[in-house]
Amino acid sequence: MSLRIESRDRSVTAYLTGEIDHHIAAAIRNDIDYSVRDTGAVELILDFSGVTFMDSSGIGLVMGRYRLMNEMGGSVIVQDPPHNIKKVMKLSGIDRLAEIRNSTEEESK
Amino acid sequence: MNIENEMKLSFKSLSRNEGFARTAVCAFAAQLDPDTEEISDIRTAVSEAVTNCIVHAYRNRTGTIELVCRILENRELYIRVRDRGCGIENVAKAMEPLFTTAACEERAGLGFAVMESFMDKLKVTSAVGRGTSVIMRKRIGGKNE
Repeated sequence: MSLRIESRDRSVTAYLTGEIDHHIAAAIRNDIDYSVRDTGAVELILDFSGVTFMDSSGIGLVMGRYRLMNEMGGSVIVQDPPHNIKKVMKLSGIDRLAEIRNSTEEESK
Repeated sequence: MNIENEMKLSFKSLSRNEGFARTAVCAFAAQLDPDTEEISDIRTAVSEAVTNCIVHAYRNRTGTIELVCRILENRELYIRVRDRGCGIENVAKAMEPLFTTAACEERAGLGFAVMESFMDKLKVTSAVGRGTSVIMRKRIGGKNE
C-alpha cells in the first residue's frame, strides 16, 4: 500500500494504491486528515484507481473522511474505483455520502 | 459431508495477518479454478471474518485465530474462522448492517453484511467469554451452470 497526496486551491487529492484493509487504514487516515486540516481543504478527492483490494475498512475510511469534510464544510469525492471495489461500495450505500466519479468521463465532457 | 480436501491454519490475531489469511485461503481455493469475481468475493469475506477476530474478539489482547478450509462435494468451498475471544452477546444484532461497537476505530459495521452478500451461506455461532465461529460456504463456478 502506498499513499500520495497532492493539494492545490483547497482541494486535496489522495491517490491510494495497493490493498486497503484494517491493518493499513489507520495510517492512511492520519496522513489524509493531516493534509486536509493543514491546507484547510474544502474538497477531498480519494482516488481509488490503483487499489487492488478493499474490504469494509475502506468504507470506514470514506465514512470517516466524510465526517471530517462535513465538519469543515466541504465534501468527499470517490474517484475511479475499480469494478471489484465498486461491489463493496454499492453494498455499503456510501454513494449517499460521497459522489463516486469517473475522472476520464469528466475530462471528455 | 464428504471432505475432498482440507487445510488448517492457526495464527496470532495481529492485523498484519489479515493479508496473509486472505491470500492463504485464495491459494487453497485456486484448485477449484474460481474466476476473478469469485476470488475477489472470497478474499473480501475472509478479510472481514479475520478482522472481526482482531478488532472485536481479541480487543485488548492477542489470541489465536483458527482457520479451516475445505473443498466439499459439488465444488463447494467451506471456510471456518474461529476465535477463543470475548464472544458476541447478541449475534442477530451484531449481524445488522451498520451496527458496530467500534465506531471510534472507524469500523463501518458491514463485516457480516459483506460475508453474507459475497458468500452463498453464512453461519455465526458464539458464546460470551468462549469465542465465535464463522462458517462460510460458496459454490465455485455455480453461476455458469
